[in-house]
Amino acid sequence: MQNGLFKKPFFRIAGDRGLLVEYGDRIDPDINNKVRSMTIVMEKESPKGVLETIPTYRSLLIIYDPTITNPEKLKKEILALEERLFQIKIPAPDTVEIPVCYGGEFGPDIQFVADHNSITKDDVVRIHSEAEYQIYMIGFTPGFPFLGGLPKKLHTPRLETPRSFVPERSVGIANNQTGIYPLASPGGWQLIGKTPLKLFAPEHSNPFIYKIGDRIKFKPISAEDYTRLAGEVKK
Amino acid sequence: MDVFSVLTPGAYTTVQDYGRYGYQQVGIPVSGALDSFAFGVSNMLVENPVDCAVLEITIMGCRFEVLSEADIAITGAEIVMTLNERPVECWRSFRVKSGDILDIKQVKSGCRAYLAVTGGIDVPKVMGSRSTYVAGNIGGYLGRPLKQKDAIKRGEGSLLNSARHLSSALVPQYPSNAIIHAVLGPQDDFFDEGLKTLFDSEFMVSPKADRMGYRLQGPVIKHREEMQKSIVSEPSVPGGVQIPADGQPIILMVEQTVGGYAKIATVISTDLCKVAQTTPGDTIRFEQVTLEAAHSLYRERQRLMQEIGELIADSS
Repeated sequence: MQNGLFKKPFFRIAGDRGLLVEYGDRIDPDINNKVRSMTIVMEKESPKGVLETIPTYRSLLIIYDPTITNPEKLKKEILALEERLFQIKIPAPDTVEIPVCYGGEFGPDIQFVADHNSITKDDVVRIHSEAEYQIYMIGFTPGFPFLGGLPKKLHTPRLETPRSFVPERSVGIANNQTGIYPLASPGGWQLIGKTPLKLFAPEHSNPFIYKIGDRIKFKPISAEDYTRLAGEVKK
Repeated sequence: MDVFSVLTPGAYTTVQDYGRYGYQQVGIPVSGALDSFAFGVSNMLVENPVDCAVLEITIMGCRFEVLSEADIAITGAEIVMTLNERPVECWRSFRVKSGDILDIKQVKSGCRAYLAVTGGIDVPKVMGSRSTYVAGNIGGYLGRPLKQKDAIKRGEGSLLNSARHLSSALVPQYPSNAIIHAVLGPQDDFFDEGLKTLFDSEFMVSPKADRMGYRLQGPVIKHREEMQKSIVSEPSVPGGVQIPADGQPIILMVEQTVGGYAKIATVISTDLCKVAQTTPGDTIRFEQVTLEAAHSLYRERQRLMQEIGELIADSS
């Protein structure tokens, strides 16, 4: 298990309605892929009594109805599903392109990120938009995607003092991760740009334009494109 | 149909129902009424379907002008209230008419009261629920707590033929020293003597106690020395007793989806109501139960709710 992927899942009791299934002990793309596959399988062939499955970096939380099932039954069913995993077709993850206007008023910390890594602002834009990222987890605030795969040249610590207000649709960096704020909130990530896309549509049954396991590509756009796209989104 | 105009909104009054399920994986917490028992009974008292939305009123009362005829029931925290300055009782239905003034005063014991009205509070369903998630500005009345002059609507529903009540023997007490039952885990293996500290000590509810989490104060709960104080972020469940680096426990409630601290124990589902009714300054003692015991209490609660439903229907 050089990448931290457990041979067998590790089960933890999370209260009287929750069973936590761990597939590894760290943040790693293979472990996260395993979580994604098992989430899809659990949704396709949901064991009796399962109400909800919640995937994160390296673990999957199963919410069950204790009047119908219990952890002992669920453990057996999950292990059986896992044995058949190779027979079940798991769709490839979607790739979602997010246009970003980097720097300026939208990315007040881009110079700090550049200086911290002894590169130029243009390098930050190029490196950030060339990489492809994997959504490891969505949380903290509604729709906030924690993206793995940030190139080492961009790793930058969080702000020493978090901002009390980060505008919605800001794109930021914290240590080895990058992410997007779908809603305005307090936050300590280094802000490098902003997308004109509306990421959150609560009136839709799938309220966000991405899900866990999807890949994200950022596309640099000009301030003019930003204004045009933001105008189209408003319509 | 407009049913109330808000004259005084109270400290924190929100629209809540059972909660918003299925969206935790995109970072949207379940929300919903914190005291599911009082919530459920309030709807039964006005003969509403179980999924009707109610008002959750926190600590301080509120005043409403009634705009149209309806039946109302208030449950949960023990509260002094008047209708046109005449006292009315909790845990029973009463008829209100246009022009009436309903004055819900200070809470005497407990923390949260639930106001159900014929047909339920009518706000648009967002992602399957009418519950308010204030931090995300989602659901409820414009995604926020009520304000003065808000006009509250109710759904369709017929008025009761006669008043209903819950027999006083079944009305829960909310002592200021609560005993809360919990099962071990998910990360009880991160602690050894910390487990003893959790179950042998008394903790005080701090002023930082809200729908997201209840911060407690008491003896420091120590992690095992070789264990990391934080874990890779994982999903949270309501009732999780999280131990941050300072060793002061936080009982997670309904407005958090993920977290990166070890959880030593988890409050059982049927006792979350008790936590929800404690206020800052109250004390909590934890008692360990097995998962089997928690499940049997869960089934018992479901049977009790069904029985109460039948008793209330017969009470009129």
